[in-house]
Amino acid sequence: MHMADALISPVVGGTMWAATAGAAAYSIKKVKNEMDENKIPLMGVMGAFIFAAQMINFTIPGTGSSGHLGGGLLLAILLGPYAGFLTMAAVLTIQALFFADGGLLALGCNIFNLGFFSCFIAYPLIYKLIIAKGYTRKRIWGAGMLSAIIGLQLGAFGVVLETLLSGKTELPFGTFVALMQPIHLAIGVVEGLVVAAVVSFVWKQRPEIIEKAALGQPMGSLSIKKVLTGLAIAAVLFGGIFSWFASANPDGLEWSMFRTAGVEELEAPDGIHETLAKLQEKTAFLPDYGFKAPETASEPAAKDGEAAAEESEAWPAVSGGTSTAGIVGGVLTLAFAALIGFAVSLVKKKKPDLTA
Amino acid sequence: MKTSEAGLNTTFDMRLLDDMARKETVIHRVHPLVKLVTTVIYLTVVVSFGSYEIIGLLPLLFYPVLVITLAELPIRPILKRMLLAAPFVIGIGILNPVFDHQVFVVGGLTLSRGWITFFSIVLKCILTVSAALLLIASTGMDKLASALRMLKIPRLFVLQLLLTYRYISVLMEEVTRILRAYSMRAPQQKGIHPKVWGSLTGQLILRTFERAQRVYQAMCLRGFTGEYNTGAHERITVRDTVYLVVWGLFFALARIYNIPMLIGSLLTGVV
Repeated sequence: MHMADALISPVVGGTMWAATAGAAAYSIKKVKNEMDENKIPLMGVMGAFIFAAQMINFTIPGTGSSGHLGGGLLLAILLGPYAGFLTMAAVLTIQALFFADGGLLALGCNIFNLGFFSCFIAYPLIYKLIIAKGYTRKRIWGAGMLSAIIGLQLGAFGVVLETLLSGKTELPFGTFVALMQPIHLAIGVVEGLVVAAVVSFVWKQRPEIIEKAALGQPMGSLSIKKVLTGLAIAAVLFGGIFSWFASANPDGLEWSMFRTAGVEELEAPDGIHETLAKLQEKTAFLPDYGFKAPETASEPAAKDGEAAAEESEAWPAVSGGTSTAGIVGGVLTLAFAALIGFAVSLVKKKKPDLTA
Repeated sequence: MKTSEAGLNTTFDMRLLDDMARKETVIHRVHPLVKLVTTVIYLTVVVSFGSYEIIGLLPLLFYPVLVITLAELPIRPILKRMLLAAPFVIGIGILNPVFDHQVFVVGGLTLSRGWITFFSIVLKCILTVSAALLLIASTGMDKLASALRMLKIPRLFVLQLLLTYRYISVLMEEVTRILRAYSMRAPQQKGIHPKVWGSLTGQLILRTFERAQRVYQAMCLRGFTGEYNTGAHERITVRDTVYLVVWGLFFALARIYNIPMLIGSLLTGVV
């Protein structure tokens, strides 16, 4: 489920980085306000625990296969949503750096898909609601299963959307969804079973660990209103950047619409391709001029700088739109990062502590 | 048992990268922040290429090749990691030829256009994965953390990143012991039986919590106040700036001009 750099575009990567940075900044603020200090090493060691736990093969009875622990939900249950999200972010960063598991540009996407949905959607809106009346064995199993499944379904859907919006794959939307969701349903069931088993064990042995995180003051409450506000902001951010991306490059948008519509037309791919071919004629260069050697190859060389500009407009590659939009998206991200940095340094002036 | 081997491998691999980062070469001496920024620019340039581009991407291979040589890094372990990253990318990419049937002819061979997008993805995968690995292999976690601090990434997160990193090997050894004990009592089993999913992983969690407590006490005894001191930030020198500017110019040129195509048409005389 970790997305690689090769499958995303700069705009999608930048947008998701911005969204993740926002969620992380907010989490840091919350953790800092509510933290007893010994949670810092606990977060670090729990991050390392996720790596260790991924070494454990859980045999799935009757199938001969085995599953692994993902981590986001368990971290939210044990540490609370904010510390859980930050810990997941650290885990994914290390996986990207040391194990090439997910790319650096795609890191924003990965933290969002694997951390945000489980910590800020599945945990507060499902797990906590079921558990609200107090812990029982049954509730732990119900809440664990349901929130693990929903968290992973959302995450998988995030992967589908981000990949398609990046436009590097030719997979039609319907096929991609039909591929990803059932696989992650199975993974979600296993994850839910493991999480429920682990939480009920820990709850039996050391109830205070579980109860403190869920009900307890330090990691405290996450109101639904705040979650919805956060989602609304993310939606505006998404919508704004993508619609603007779309207007900067209508061809790219049409292209992705064709592909999305392509589900029904799988039997008649020529239909799409005809339309695509017409679109292609509108643009100066054939996308695959690089491969049709001499007659087109002479053009870029002849027109030189001008050609280079046009060349990046070449149709299905979306490269024209990606680069212009990518730069602006990158600038936006930078501005956003600068804004956070500025805001945090303001906070720091007030309280000389963990956030600098 | 397979899992315990995997655990040891992971720890071993991390230490290997750490060792690589401890060398003293031209690349290693470049300021960590400069290396981080260069890597991010590089990655952005690579993924900004269109999905039909292969030829134009090739000049960007210079970067990993030059860095790996100048930093005197071993090629084999880096290639091995690249292969680990490949399955998902190839899994998604291999479907392109299935969905994009438009054909084109190259040198008498008829190929579906999907193959071009597939190879473009594979090439991008090689470039991006190697760039990320080279960053950590030539910088190391501590220096990278200080670069993140210079970027004003909150101290809490950087501290958390370093602690996680530091304790991976510790907990990996812990889980290896647990799994070894389990496999000796339950021979011939492929994985962990559902009956003990909760207790086995739960025990590990309890040990983790206790260890975190000890870690915290030890940190307090050594005067921990929420600060993690990575030492003074290194200065960015003229040499570092030159490194950044030269690579930046090269990436920009490679992005704007199709260098291989220009060279190709010059040589074939079709100008």
